Amino acid sequence: MSTVVLLVITGLGLGALYFLVASGLSLIYGLMGVLNFAHGAFLTISAFLGWEAGRRVSDGTWWGLAVSALVGMAVGALVAALTEYFLIRRLYERHIEQALVTVGLSLAAVALFEGIWGTDPIYTAKPEWLTETTEILGARIPNDRFLLIACALVVLGGIVLFLHRTRYGLIIRAGVENRQMVSALGIDVRRSFTLVFAIGGAAAGLGGVLASVYYGYVSAHLGSVLLIFAFIVTVIGGLGSLTGAAVASVLVAVLQQFANFYLGGTGDLVVVVALAVVLLIRPRGLMGKVA
Amino acid sequence: MTESILDVRGLTGRIAGQQVIEDVTFEVPATGVTALLGRNGVGKTSTVKSVLGLIERSGEVRLAGERIDGLPTHRIVQRGVGYVPEDREVFGGLTVAENLRLAERDAAPRRELVERLFPDLVERRAQRAGTLSGGQQQMVSLARALVNDNRLLLVDEPTKGLAPRIVDEVAAALATAAETVPILLVEQNLHVIRRLAERVVVLSGGTVVFTGTAHEFLDDEALVQRHLGVHDASEAA
Repeated sequence: MSTVVLLVITGLGLGALYFLVASGLSLIYGLMGVLNFAHGAFLTISAFLGWEAGRRVSDGTWWGLAVSALVGMAVGALVAALTEYFLIRRLYERHIEQALVTVGLSLAAVALFEGIWGTDPIYTAKPEWLTETTEILGARIPNDRFLLIACALVVLGGIVLFLHRTRYGLIIRAGVENRQMVSALGIDVRRSFTLVFAIGGAAAGLGGVLASVYYGYVSAHLGSVLLIFAFIVTVIGGLGSLTGAAVASVLVAVLQQFANFYLGGTGDLVVVVALAVVLLIRPRGLMGKVA
Repeated sequence: MTESILDVRGLTGRIAGQQVIEDVTFEVPATGVTALLGRNGVGKTSTVKSVLGLIERSGEVRLAGERIDGLPTHRIVQRGVGYVPEDREVFGGLTVAENLRLAERDAAPRRELVERLFPDLVERRAQRAGTLSGGQQQMVSLARALVNDNRLLLVDEPTKGLAPRIVDEVAAALATAAETVPILLVEQNLHVIRRLAERVVVLSGGTVVFTGTAHEFLDDEALVQRHLGVHDASEAA
């Protein structure tokens, strides 16, 4: 029983990380039809700069972590907004060029990060409570999992409130359904593109800082690794569906944990098989719209 | 002819690089309903979309004398052009109220007019538009255009696929709207055209082949037969 509890809660923590990356990917694809391969780069730069800011303020403390998170979110939002404004905006409806630009940006970013911070992981300090465990139903759960889950829930709630309680949220929800019709109502839908990129970038930025807490290090490849699973989550959940991304994040991460434990470390393989099964049985994903 | 609100000259439209209308020229007077007619596939919807910049186009389009052909769609609409698309295109995941709120551009939207014309929508404010019947969705689509004080309405096949009772309701709503705003109406139902339109522009093969009053066109059975391929049954009715 304790093993199951541990695997479930660890899966939820990892799922929280996946969600923070996948939520932005899903919103960006849903509204703009852009598969943003540079999203991992937003996460990595945010993790590095968040870590740099946090350790200068107060390394290994809650205060330092809070600064890291704020800086990470701000950096993620800014870099994403700039990417949309200077690179993606000229390429809407040109999917091949979009893929080439965002893949190129992600590769260049990793090289740049390796040039600045080196190729080896940099181990990070975290508040003492996050290094400890809490016993639940006999399982000793690392406390950082609770932080990840709480942050993802706050982000999910924040995005849902934004989408349902603000005019921009209304525009984004309508734009995900029918972008052209939003324009035909006299709304400059492209202005909301930058905003969605910024929101996605901020979530990825927070994900980057929390990933450094979860893994205990920052590295130039942090975003690339998480991006693969975030894409899988986004496709399984249904491209463009925030709820789908949330549900799929949990399913994929928990499945991954159980497979790793009970099936000899085959978690990644099982997730890819799950992706294949979903694509074969339900190509639009669990909650995606019909094409 | 009265002063025109829309002046289209040499309009050519393309979809995916393929030319769908060619050198289309016509005017829409500043009052009343002008019907844009033609057989299926002649380019009526493409003409409306070209005016709005929803498809790639070239040529000259003026709204109340101002060039709008270089503007993106949202700026054209902001200048006072309401659009009711073919197939309604309501946002199915949004409620009726959200669909209308999204469309509101004016500081003082005409909610009372919309509620008076479509009382059914008031009761269904909180219902997702995707769960409405086709007729109710058409009312949402019309309401989105009527909620603003527009200078011109572009209405594309508003009665397509609707039950006769709903067709009458839609026609009545358009007649009310036409009292205050000129309408360019794409319509296949000759009964509705006879009821609403004062002028007609007829397209064939992607270009304009007839412009004149609705009576001139509809009363000439040979003309109707040649350009629309149908008999005007409404005349006999």
